[in-house]
Amino acid sequence: MVKVVFAAALMAATGGERELKLDFSGDIDALLGALRNRYGETFEQRFFEKGVLRKYLNVYVNGKDVRFMQGHGTMVYGDCEVLFLPAVSGG
Amino acid sequence: MPNLSPASTVLRCKECGAEYPAAIRTACERCFGPLEVVYDLDAVRETLTKELLGKRAWDFWRYAELLPVGVPREGMDLKPGFTPLRRCKNLGSKLGLREVFAKDETVNPTYSFKDRPAAIGVIKSSEWGLSAVGCASTGNLANATAAAAAKASMPCYVFVPANLPEAKILPTVAYGARVIGIEGSYDDANRVANLVADKFGWGLLNINVRPYYVEGSKSIGFEILEQLGWKAPVAVIIPLGSGALLSAVHKGLTEFKSLDLVHDVGTRISGSQPAGCSPIASAYSAGSQEIAPVEKPETIAESLAIGDPASGIEALRIIRHTRGFADAPTDQEILDGQRLLAKTEGIFAEPAGGTVVASLLRKLESGELDRNDSVVLLITGSGLKTVNTFISGDTKIPKVPSTLSAVEKVLGVV
Repeated sequence: MVKVVFAAALMAATGGERELKLDFSGDIDALLGALRNRYGETFEQRFFEKGVLRKYLNVYVNGKDVRFMQGHGTMVYGDCEVLFLPAVSGG
Repeated sequence: MPNLSPASTVLRCKECGAEYPAAIRTACERCFGPLEVVYDLDAVRETLTKELLGKRAWDFWRYAELLPVGVPREGMDLKPGFTPLRRCKNLGSKLGLREVFAKDETVNPTYSFKDRPAAIGVIKSSEWGLSAVGCASTGNLANATAAAAAKASMPCYVFVPANLPEAKILPTVAYGARVIGIEGSYDDANRVANLVADKFGWGLLNINVRPYYVEGSKSIGFEILEQLGWKAPVAVIIPLGSGALLSAVHKGLTEFKSLDLVHDVGTRISGSQPAGCSPIASAYSAGSQEIAPVEKPETIAESLAIGDPASGIEALRIIRHTRGFADAPTDQEILDGQRLLAKTEGIFAEPAGGTVVASLLRKLESGELDRNDSVVLLITGSGLKTVNTFISGDTKIPKVPSTLSAVEKVLGVV
């Protein structure tokens, strides 16, 4: 099962859900589609701007930023862990 | 010390403008953009005057009305700030530059500017009743947070890249913090610290206390204006890591202008980032609005080795709006900059300080800075924590027999 984790700062978009497990295999875009279906309009409005994932959101697969992998084409399957964090780093 | 309540009213998203009550919050709920503290400047204007400031103590609590915490009770903090703005006549003469100043943050309690935001973050966490504080850090913030936490009697947890030089992080241990080395880069340490903040509810200063914490750094902008006799410099060059410091200094200049404490702030705000980790400078050079992160930073300027700068977009906006520049000197130029500042002005800066000196040289050479300008260099921290990067052939110390003739021989006067 793929584990999906949301930072606390993102909870308003997921109805308060922080973690879930999904029987899923596909890329990040497909995963985002599944999450859109699960959480509905609030998720859509907060995670996306004009259909594109917001720039202040970072996505990690097994601890690695997907921008250093295949971006939204990065494949997720098996026991992968996908983490969504607000882009907050540095002093 | 003034006995005042903070004048801060709300948190506002810098991206979409959404407002929230002043409480613990990492990012905007609507768009996840960065948040900033907004003050009731009309109310502050009534009370904060030059005359009043003239009567206050020489630390950053003199600006209490523009800081987002209540002034701590005596003995609860290390009183950072009001560092010297040193006129660098020797450096100026060497470069043919009319006027250059170093804002010398090496003299803060833990030898870097980070004592300012750390003081605010720890006091805010204490006000909220949080059980512990901490941070993700490349070294300077680790020391500052640990020392501020020790003074405020709060437990402290610090997350650093595991390969950080011991000399830089050992003081953090001395201050009593629990230091955890995370395998990978700073960005990996930061990711883990985000999860820790959520799990344990601690105040991780540069994560869930960030909107308040960064307010401490803007006091550098206030001080520069006050120390220049209520005048703004033509240009200021600031080291760029996450971009938060540059944004904070800009906010300081802007708030004093809004309060009519200074007029005509036309300061060109520029940033300097090491070539081995220059996502903001690269975006500037490419004319891009977006920041492409750097996966593996490689530079001696460890305090600037932040591959995914959270305040990068804002820093870019400010640099362009104020007609500044973003530059990216090489590690060798950074070392040369450290040496030049130390030899001409007696200030031994960390590599981040060498970075701004290097950019000063490069931009005087290219003509982007005028030799008649008045320039302020922000020297963010001491070189004593990073001596490992300074060791080279010409730092080798000769050893001779204990005789005058041996000394004369090595000095070449025989």
